[in-house]
Amino acid sequence: MTDRIYVGTRKGLFEIARQKKGVWAIADVHFLGDPVSALLSTDGALYAALDLGHFGSHLWKREGNAWRELGVPTFPPKPDDATDDPHPWSLGKIWSLESGFVSGRLWAGTMPGGLFRSDDVGESWKLVEALWMMPERKQWMGVAGGEQPGISAVLVDPRKPDEIRVGVSTAGVWASHDAGKSWRIMNRGGMYNEYMPPERREDPIAMDIHRLARCAAHPDTVWCQHHNGVFRSEDSGLSWTEVTAIKPSKFGFTVAAHPRDRNTAWFVPAIKDEKRVPVDGKVVVARTRDGGKSFDVLHKGLPQRHAYDLVLRHALDVAVDGTTLAFGSTSGGVWISEDGGDSWTAPEGRLPPINAVRFAA
Amino acid sequence: MPTVAFTRALERFLQAPPADVGGATVGEALGAVFASRPALKGYVLDDQGGLRRHVALYVNGRPVRDRVRLSDPVAASDRIYVFQALTGG
Repeated sequence: MTDRIYVGTRKGLFEIARQKKGVWAIADVHFLGDPVSALLSTDGALYAALDLGHFGSHLWKREGNAWRELGVPTFPPKPDDATDDPHPWSLGKIWSLESGFVSGRLWAGTMPGGLFRSDDVGESWKLVEALWMMPERKQWMGVAGGEQPGISAVLVDPRKPDEIRVGVSTAGVWASHDAGKSWRIMNRGGMYNEYMPPERREDPIAMDIHRLARCAAHPDTVWCQHHNGVFRSEDSGLSWTEVTAIKPSKFGFTVAAHPRDRNTAWFVPAIKDEKRVPVDGKVVVARTRDGGKSFDVLHKGLPQRHAYDLVLRHALDVAVDGTTLAFGSTSGGVWISEDGGDSWTAPEGRLPPINAVRFAA
Repeated sequence: MPTVAFTRALERFLQAPPADVGGATVGEALGAVFASRPALKGYVLDDQGGLRRHVALYVNGRPVRDRVRLSDPVAASDRIYVFQALTGG
C-alpha cells in the first residue's frame, strides 16, 4: 500500500494515513510513551519491536486490530569458556526486522549483533548460531560509541530466499547462501573506512555499514550508506564502487532503493560524522536516477532555514510504487512525497524522535 | 510462603499481580512466579537469567545482593518487591 505509513519513535508508534492527494494525517497512536526500535509490515500483519530499557526488548504483532506480544529473540546461555567475548549474550534491542520471502520466515537483526530467525511468523525465534559463533565476531565493534555492534540491515534475495546479506555497524557485510547455516565476510573490495588506523582502512570487517538497500527487481544492485561515504555494488555486495557524486555531503545514515529501477536511490545526507546535522541547516534528499553518476538535491516542501534534523538508518522508506516516499528525523519531523521526492508535505503534529519509518505492505 | 510483588508500571504490558510462592531463594521464588506467568520473565530477567540492569529487587525493603544468580535466601514470611526507577527524557 502507498497510503499508510508507520512511524516508530522514542515514545510510541504513529500511524499516518493519506487523506487525499498531498494531504496526510496522523490516524492512530500505539504504545504511546514506549520506544519503538524496529517495524515490519508484511502479509497483512504489523510487527513492532519495543525497546523498553528497564524491562528489556519485546516484540508485538498486530493482526486485524488486535495487538499481542510474541516470543522475543533470546540468546542461549553463555558458555563458561566464552569469557573473552567482548559482547553480551543478552538482547539489547531489535534493530532490523525483515520478511524472509518464505512462508512463515522472518529475520531480526539485533544489538549486540545476533541475527535471529523465525519460521513461525514471529511466534518464536532462534539465534543464527553459525554467525554468532564465528571467531571473527569478537572483532565486531560497537555502534555510536556504544559497546554493542548492531545488525543494521538484513537483505533477503526475493529470487533465492536463502541468500542473505547482513550489514553490521561495525563489521562489514556478511553473506549466507544457505539461510544462515554458514557465513562469510562478503565485501571484498572498494570500501574503506577513514577513521580506522591506516593498516586497517580497507579491512572488510572494519566497515561501518550504516544501512544497505537493494533493488527488489534487481537484487544484485545494493546501495550502502557507509560511515564515510556512499557505495554501490552490482554483484550483491561482493565488490563496491564509491559513489562520489553524492551531494551536498557524503555522510549520512539511510538509503532507500527504488523497487524496480536499479539506477534510482535516495539518501538524506548530513555534514559529517562529528557534525551530524544537515548542511547549511537545510533538510534535503539526494536522489540519483543514473546509478550514482549524478544527484538531484531535493528540497521543495522541506525546511530550509535552521533545520537540524538527522535521519537515522531505518527512518526512510519508499513504497512499492517507487514514487511515494517518507522519512522521519530525530527532531520528530516527518515528510512525505508522492512524486519521487520532487516535493514533500508534512502531516500536522510534532512527533518524538523517530527511529523507523515503513509503508504498510 | 514468600510474597512476590511487581511494580504497577508493568501493567501496561501484561498482568503481574502479587503472588505467594514457594522457594528458598530469590531465584526460586521468581521461578515459581514465571512458571505460571512465563511472559513476565523477560521483563525482569536478562537472557542469562540475571536481573535486568535497571530493575531493582528488594527483600523486606533491602536490595538483593546477588543480582546474577539470585541466590539470596528467602524465608516464608519474606516480601520480595520488583520495581525500578523510571528514567529518561
